Amino acid sequence: MARITASVYTSHVPAIGAAMDLGKTHEPYWQPVFQGYEFSKQWMKDNQPDVIFLVYNDHATAFSLEMIPTFAIGTAAQFQPADEGWGPRPVPTVIGHPDLASHIAQSVIQQDFDLTIVNKMDVDHGLTVPLSLMCGELDPKKDAWPCPVIPFAVNVVQYPVPSGRRCFMLGQAIRRAVESYDDNLNVHIWGTGGMSHQLQGARAGLINRAWDNAWLDQMIADPVACAATPHIDYVREAGSEGIELVMWLIARGAMSDIVDGQVQGPAPKVRHRFYHVPASNTAVGHLILENS
Amino acid sequence: MSLEKPYLDVPGTIIFDAEQSRKGYWLNQFCMSLMKAANRERFKADERAYLDEWAMTEEQKKAVLARDLNWCMRTGGNIYFLAKIGATDGKSFQQMAGSMTGMTEDEYRAMMVAGGRSAEGNRYLGEDGDAQAHRQPQGAAGHKKGA
Repeated sequence: MARITASVYTSHVPAIGAAMDLGKTHEPYWQPVFQGYEFSKQWMKDNQPDVIFLVYNDHATAFSLEMIPTFAIGTAAQFQPADEGWGPRPVPTVIGHPDLASHIAQSVIQQDFDLTIVNKMDVDHGLTVPLSLMCGELDPKKDAWPCPVIPFAVNVVQYPVPSGRRCFMLGQAIRRAVESYDDNLNVHIWGTGGMSHQLQGARAGLINRAWDNAWLDQMIADPVACAATPHIDYVREAGSEGIELVMWLIARGAMSDIVDGQVQGPAPKVRHRFYHVPASNTAVGHLILENS
Repeated sequence: MSLEKPYLDVPGTIIFDAEQSRKGYWLNQFCMSLMKAANRERFKADERAYLDEWAMTEEQKKAVLARDLNWCMRTGGNIYFLAKIGATDGKSFQQMAGSMTGMTEDEYRAMMVAGGRSAEGNRYLGEDGDAQAHRQPQGAAGHKKGA
């Protein structure tokens, strides 16, 4: 059967992608950010998954205001990096896993989560920046991402976004879905976005280092309590766009220590933890957890 | 019955909820159209004529022409959609975010490098943080505009 063996968490700041695409990673401003992912790139090579289930949000790219799905799973064979207005990022095409994605869609819907199934979709920086951070710079034509990726888009643009509790429960449903798949696949689940940032109004530029780190501590050790954090706490403490952090709870809910909605199994191993301010407008947070 | 909106007392912040989304539908869809290069060219050639093709309010059109992102947001704009105007103008996200604070690009960047804006005094309306209404504009860019 297929198994989720690890979860990866990272911010997906567009300027990080631009810095990589424009060869600026060694500039003093960017160096500390990329230093934080050196361990992770090696870890990816040493622990290469068969499939990455990548939770992210679309930023008015594939979804305009015509349609706003709360949870959308990408079941296509491939996904093109989107032109977000600055031209598409020069990164490889994202290869999907239609068979596992359809399986997860069916299983998760049968577990009462009403997913939107997407058979055609471009993917924006929310998905490609985490891949670039974890896999390094790749040639768009000659290279390929290390494995197929299932994009899972969450609406965090228009309120109300799904609650942390709902996301945490969804992660558990995704794990059950993966474990009911017959092929022996090693699956990683990634939660992306955050950490504290606000991109709008007179409060733009808000960063809350203390809150971010306390939230990380709690997400690792007491995810049930973390998932109960109300939306308004994210807005007040981590900025209006800090709400993206609810997506991390999907990945956390899929870890094997969560049984029947509670922490019952052995705690996951924290393989790597990194935090840095700033990348453009945003606090960068990053975590790798392995199932024990 | 009114809807629960616990986020109306956060200073310097407009939460893009269903109501704002309804208000800003055509403004945001106009922004989406700028993802196509041909539309960007047409918009740049005659902004007013291009805006007139959309069912936007006169105020929304004025806010776009003025590149006043705070004004755009009050009329229902969302930052991820408005970013398409910034991309058309060759502006980064940091330049766009900074433009809403009244700071110059350098001032805003320096604030971020120094650790960002503190949440202290900026959690609730009526406190004394730098994002509160009585402390606007925050920097030299805003003062220049006001003079």
